[in-house]
Parts: sequence; structure tokens; C-alpha cells
Amino acid sequence: MRIVIVGGGPAGLYFGLLMKKVDAAHEVTVLERNPPDATFGWGVVFSEETLGALRDADRPSFDEITDTFAKWDAIDVRYRGETVRSRGHAFSAIARKRLLAILQRRCADLGVKVHFEREVPDLSALAGADLVVGADGVNSMVRRVLEASFRPTYEVHRTRFVWFGTDLVFKAFTFIFRGNEHGLFQVHGYPFDAATSTFIVECPEETWRRAGLDDASEDDSIAYCEKLFADDLGGHSLLSNRSLWINFVTLRCDTWNHGNVVLLGDAAHTAHFTIGSGTKLAMEDAVALAGSLERYPDVSTALTMFEMERQPVVERFQQAALESAAYFENVKRYADFEPIQFAFNLLTRSGRITHLELEKRDPDFVARVDGWFASHAAGSGHRVGGLVSPPPMLTPARSRGVDVTNRVALSLQSKDDAVEGVPSSDLRTRLVDAARSGAGLVLTEPVAVLADGRITPGTPGLYGDGQLEAWRMIVDDVHRVGDGRIGIRLTHAGARGATRPRREGVDRPLRAGAWPLLAASDVPYTARSQRPRAMSLEEMQDVLQAFIDAASRAMLAGFDLLEFELSHGYLLAGFLSPLTNRRGDEYGGSRENRMRYPLEVVSAAVRGWPSDRPVAARLTASDWAPGGFDVEDASVVAGALRQGGCSLIEVAAGQTVEHDRPDYGRFFLVPFSDRIRNDRGIPTLVGGNLTTRDEVNTILAAGRADLCVFSG
Amino acid sequence: MRVGIGLPNTVPETAGDSILGWARKAEELRFPSVGVLDRIVFDSYEPFVTLGAAAAVTDRIRLVTMIVIAPIRSTALLAKQAASLDRLSGGRLTLGVSIGAREDDYEATEIDPRRRGRRFSEQLATFRAQWEEHAVGPRPARDGGPELLVGGSSGQAFARMARYADGYVHGGGPPRAFAGAAARARAAWSELGRPDSPRLWGQGYFALGAEAVERGAEYLRRYYAFTGPFAEKIAAANLTSPQAVKDFVRGYEEAGCDDLVLLPTTSDLSQIDRLAEALG
Repeated sequence: MRIVIVGGGPAGLYFGLLMKKVDAAHEVTVLERNPPDATFGWGVVFSEETLGALRDADRPSFDEITDTFAKWDAIDVRYRGETVRSRGHAFSAIARKRLLAILQRRCADLGVKVHFEREVPDLSALAGADLVVGADGVNSMVRRVLEASFRPTYEVHRTRFVWFGTDLVFKAFTFIFRGNEHGLFQVHGYPFDAATSTFIVECPEETWRRAGLDDASEDDSIAYCEKLFADDLGGHSLLSNRSLWINFVTLRCDTWNHGNVVLLGDAAHTAHFTIGSGTKLAMEDAVALAGSLERYPDVSTALTMFEMERQPVVERFQQAALESAAYFENVKRYADFEPIQFAFNLLTRSGRITHLELEKRDPDFVARVDGWFASHAAGSGHRVGGLVSPPPMLTPARSRGVDVTNRVALSLQSKDDAVEGVPSSDLRTRLVDAARSGAGLVLTEPVAVLADGRITPGTPGLYGDGQLEAWRMIVDDVHRVGDGRIGIRLTHAGARGATRPRREGVDRPLRAGAWPLLAASDVPYTARSQRPRAMSLEEMQDVLQAFIDAASRAMLAGFDLLEFELSHGYLLAGFLSPLTNRRGDEYGGSRENRMRYPLEVVSAAVRGWPSDRPVAARLTASDWAPGGFDVEDASVVAGALRQGGCSLIEVAAGQTVEHDRPDYGRFFLVPFSDRIRNDRGIPTLVGGNLTTRDEVNTILAAGRADLCVFSG
Repeated sequence: MRVGIGLPNTVPETAGDSILGWARKAEELRFPSVGVLDRIVFDSYEPFVTLGAAAAVTDRIRLVTMIVIAPIRSTALLAKQAASLDRLSGGRLTLGVSIGAREDDYEATEIDPRRRGRRFSEQLATFRAQWEEHAVGPRPARDGGPELLVGGSSGQAFARMARYADGYVHGGGPPRAFAGAAARARAAWSELGRPDSPRLWGQGYFALGAEAVERGAEYLRRYYAFTGPFAEKIAAANLTSPQAVKDFVRGYEEAGCDDLVLLPTTSDLSQIDRLAEALG
């Protein structure tokens, strides 16, 4: 087979030599535009997993590579003058220049023809080849020429970064955070040989401009960074190698092959440098492609199988890299974290490393994290732990005067089986069972504050004394079976009222017996829904009074926590969103106006609620619809709710309008919770596609939420 | 998990009696269900007509559309066809509906694809009402109409499923892809406040026996040609050995699938025996 590889980087060279190993009769040519020793960048990092693949693929180059490796197993996080170390991470790195030299020599030994300083302007010169490999990097000519087939997309990241080297030899993969009058800068540093380390500096675009780095020369940039990181460098200097401040670009392609042409490594995909996987992915691509060509004699089948094997892996890395990049873009949000939590949050930023994984790698580190969490984390209030500590999920929490034995809340599914708002005996049994299950907090399904505020005829209510008695018995039973706490969710269904029991579907209007609906504006929820009446000021006063009355009944019933429903398109949420609130009075229009009524309701209703019991609001963090309420709005409203007497925000999203575009992916509510909690300093409760204890421990210890909720 | 089998209604040049033979044989070999696909601009049989014929030659087997492209059909007519098939078959219909993926099917049926999402939501809101109110007869075998599944992979598809349907029908792929979709389906269900959990249906392609492998791959390349390079991947994922079938079935079972339907890629009757044998 005649194989032409465009690009003599690690992917191209490695693929070339592997093909010669598959069959020495293959004619393999590498065309590289630069001279053999002209390389850019400093060190490249490999994980244990990648090394295993390289060892199996080609022992001689593996031996040579690993001989010159810098190896370490620690990650240091230097923040607020303190260094937090965690171990067990097993990294290796090598100078990129050195890696290329090894691969070039190995190619020469095996008979791969490598031509340097050979620019390939287009594919016409390669027409005679059986296989053309585009291993020509992120600015790939091959990809550009066949753009219509590969269909690349580019996502430009918001931060600026620059690759320096330094003659300081780090002892660990080192993250450094330093601020000055221009903003916050971070360093990603790691050693790659006995004398040199990579030193990447990254900062937000605004910080970069404020610092005047946008029109600084290379020398000026070095001088600036050497001054900023003087304490970290300890007299060592920064080294430059065409080091320019750039924005990272995440590249994705619909497909990596077309006819007999295939893309490899950075030409096909990039993953943000903060998870350090570019060279790793490129060389793994080379191994997979050579393996596929060995197994499948037909080139087109081989290329398809290669892509099927690699695409899911690459997508996973790209997803993790995006999470990681987002973390660094928003790291300022965590400026108030204590160093140990800051470090845990950083280590778990991409979702690949969890509490459990860190426990395997470095049990002592996780013991410190858990100990810190138990004794210091917001809301612990217990000052327990240190030597022996429960995992975060089982750490008690305190909200106002109420102790919760652990940080798992269970929210009950609605069975719509109340009669005239009186909770059924089945609901009572289910709530008591939920309390017995070990959850620290049990939350009722939505409970209506008025008969006309019910979602379905079977929605339980708290608008009469008979209902109060029934709830009082339930609360007593829950308290009798253990330490579990019980919270009530007060709701008015608004435009989503008078629907059929949800076992038959959601938002399906009642065929008979429907009551008139009220909402912020007269916007029907679905095309078949009843058109609600826009509330008059008098009706708003009546509903406000109903919330006050329900809150005092909730107190009399003995509930430990009171929650207001400000999400999912129900009445109060309907005021918040510009999509459902079209009022022209002081309750519509600006965000301040739209949040006025929900805040009036909450502030008035909490007045009759004991000040030593917590108050929560379930708040929409995003409408998931164009022009809708978003997390920025939610953050502001959360701050106002806190002023209005709420001590906890339960994060929700979507269902403001029927035609929203939701995202039900893994942890879909956690980024919203992270944002609201850490922008506003208000405790949060989060659920949404959470399934494992490890997920809960990770979210809590990283400070992305204070309690997690499962639905049952 | 139950494992059903597809009818070759979209395998080109399949003879009419061959479809009937498949249905009979599938029931004889005790497959719990037969599934059909939907395509307009293709050499394929219409799903309701196909299942109507299958219903006539079988007694027990469940009849499943996986899926019917709803927006290209009139809502009332679709509701009527489904109710008729359900009633004629003694309540054996499971109706899977979705938006479909091909613009040419929309062009051919003169439906504007740009409005298909909204139209689909309106249809879902309407079907049940039409069945329940008997405005569009016949009265389906079950109160509220046949079991209704929604397919699709967008967040909106999951929300529609949770709002209106009884379950989710996945569009195919390795067990891991199904597991991811199943987690989203459950999350959407719980978010929308539905009690219990959605029924989860999965599907996969197979071609067993040396002579079937290449023909199966060829069919899949043709059927999915509109997806561009993705067609090759679908063809490559065809289950072509008993071991591959077993692994796939196990993977789906572990991912929480309730009903898996394995779809043929050639119309040769011996495929049914081979599949039954592979499943053991």
C-alpha cells in the first residue's frame, strides 16, 4: 500500500512507523513543512493508560521515550499562598522536541521516508496514494481542502494563554493562582526533563487587556509574568519559543474520513489544553488507525472502523476538556473557597475524577477533604470530624435551627391521589417510608395553597383545617420514625392548573370539572390548555394571602422546612419569566418588576414562619428557551430571595413554556447550582439525573451544592 | 427484557407474502413483538398497512411502529389508523412516533419541515384526546388509546415523551448509547412529575449467516445513505454473529431496556430461525 502522511508531528510519525511494522512492504512517506529540529511547544504529558497503549504498539520507541521521561505522581494547587498536594496521579512528560527526535529516528530505522521542508499546498500531488493521512495539525490543509466532507466546527474559548518554558523544575503538576490589580492569572506547570518545565499562563481576555498584554512584545510578556510569579519562580526565568498569547479553539468534525483520506490527531479534533491530552489523543489515534488497517483489508472499512472506535473516546475527552476549560474561565467564582476545597474542586472539574477516584489515588487527601467538610463546610455547624469523618453525603447539615442528619433529600413523586386536597393514606405511608429510607430530608410533592391552585384534582392542598390535621399526622409520623426532617412545597399551579392526573400525561386539560385558571398574563400553557386570566391586583392579594395562610398552617402542622415553588411555569414562576409575563403594570416588564410579586409573596409568607426553621425556594435557573429567564436572572433573584428570608435555593430549570429545549444530560442542574451558590453565597439543593453516591460526594465536597435531592 | 423481531418492511424488493410469512413465523417462534420502520421516499411498505396485514395472520404477537413519522401525516388520520389497527388486532398495537430524520419524506408529503417540532407537539397533545373522546373512532381497545412511545434524541424529544407518552423508543446504537438515552428519559420523566417510570424500547439491526452479512450491510448503507458517512458506521455495527447478538442483548438488558426489537436487514425467512437460535 502506498501511504502518504501530511505532517510530521507525533501522530504522523507514529502512524508511519506503525504501518511499516504492520507490513514492511507498505510504502510510507511523511511530508513535513518544517525542518527536522524546528519544533514549537515545550513538554507533552502522558497518562499511564496512554503509556500502556504505546508499549503494546511499539516497544523500542516506548523504551526510548520512557527512558527520558520526567515522572511524578503529585498535583500541587498553589492558591492564597498555600500549597495543597494530592498524590497518586501518575503522569509522565517528555520534551516535544525529544519525542519527535525519537520518532524520526525510529521512522528512519523502519524505512519510513520522511521529507522535511516539504510544503503540500493541496491534495492533487497525492493522487497516486492508496491512503492519504492528514496529520497536519489544527490548521490542517487536508481538512481545509475537504471541508465540505469533514464539516468542521470551531469553538473559540474566552481566555488567553501562552506557552512558556522555565528552567525551574517543578516537583509536581503545579497549578498556581495569582491575582494582581489587573485580575486573576493561573499557571499550568509541569516538568518534562531534568532541567526544564512547561509553564502555561492563562487569564481572562479582560485581564489580559487590562494588563496591556494585548500589545506587549514577547519580552514584555515574559517580564510581566516573571514579576507576577516571582515568588513561584524563585529566581528562575521564563523561556520563550515563539510564545504568543492565543485563544484555544476546540475543533470537531462530523467525520474524519472521506474516500481514502483520513484525519488524525489535532487535524481531526482538539481538546482544551487544561486536561493536557492533545499528543496523547493523537498518538492513540495513530495506534487505532494502524490497528484497523491491519484488521480490515479494505481501506474504506478500516477508516470507518477506526472512526467508530475513536470518536466516542475523543468526544468523551472533548466533553471533559470543555468542563475543564469552563472551570478555568470562571475560577474567580471560587475565590472565597478555602484552599483544600479549592483544590478538590479543581481536581474534579472535568467530571472524570470523582471523590471515589481520588480516594483510590490518595486516601489521605480525601480524608483531609472529608474532615474539612465535616468540620468547616457551610451549614455543617457541627464541628465534628477531622480524624474520622463521614463522607460529605453523610455529613450533617444545619439550616437555621434545624439539624439534618445527612445531605440527601428525597422528593416524592406525585400520585395525584388526594381527595379535595386532603393527602391520601397512601401518601402518608410513602412519606413515612421515605423518612425511614435514611434520607435526611423528605420533601412533599407540590401542595396547593388554594383549591384553584391545584395542578390536578388529586393535588394535595393546605388551604383548609381538615388538610392541616392530615398533614399534622403525617409530620408526626415522620418525626416518630427517626431523625428525618420533612419539608413542604407550597405551590399555586397558575397556567398549569386544572389538568388530568399525571399518570395519563402532563398538562392535559381536564375534560370535565376544570376550574378557571389565573396567571401573570393570559398565556395558555399548551395549544390545548385553558387560557388563564391575567391576575388583577385584587386576585394577586388573595393569592398572597393564601400563601401566608398556608405557611402558618405548615408551621402548625410541624413541618421543618417551608419551600416556595418558583419554577416549572407555575404561578409565581410565571411572573419571573418574560415569556409568560406580559404585564404592563409594575409587576411586568423589567426583571425587577417581574420578580416583585414572587418576592412580595415569599417575604409576606415567611413572616408567620418561625425564624429558626429554614425556608427554601425552588427557583428556575433557565427557561431553556430563547428570550427567557436565564441563570444570570436566577442569580439576581436568588440574592433577593435571600434578602426576603430564604435560606436555601433548590435549583430547577425548564418547563416555563411547553416548547422549551431542555438538556437532561448527566448532572444537568449542577452547573446552575454551582453558579447560584458561589456567585451569591447562598446554599443550594440540587437534583437532576444524579444517580450515585459518588456523584453526591463529589458535588458536595467541591462546593457545587449543599444538599442533593433524589426523586422517589 | 423481552426481545422481539422486526418485519422487513423497509428492505427493498421484499415480496408481500414474505412479510406475512415473517409475521406468522415470528409468532410461531414465540417472539413477543414485531416491529416496523417508516419511510416514504424508499422501496418500503407503509407501517400501518404492514401491521394490519400482520395482525390478520397472527393472534398474540404485539405490533410495534418504531417509529411512524407523525408530522408528515394528518393528525386525525393517524389517530384513526392507529385506533383502527389497535381495535382490529385486539389491542396489540404499540404506537411509536417521532419526527423522523429525512427532509425528502417531508417534501414528498408536502409538509413544511421547519414547523415539524411544533406540529409534532400539537399532534401528541391531540391524539389522546381524539381517542378518549371517540371523536375519531373506532374506540381503541384500551381506554385512552394504544400504548404510545416517543422517539428522538434531543432534549425536546425527551420532554415530549415525558409529557405525553407511556415510554421512550430509542433509535439504535450500542448499549452505552442506549444507557445514556435511558438516563435522560428517566430524568425527563421525573422532571415532568410523572409517577413511576417510562417504558424503554430499544432496537438493533442483525444479519445472521455468511450470505446475509454483505447484503445486510449493503441495505443499511442504502437505507442510511442520507446520513452521509454515518451510514458506514451503521452498516459496520450490524450484528452479524450469534455472539454479537448475545452481547448486544445483554448490554441492553443491563442498561434497563424493557423491550428490545432486533430488525432484519435482509428479508430471507431463515433469518428468523437464526435469530431465535442465537437468542437461545
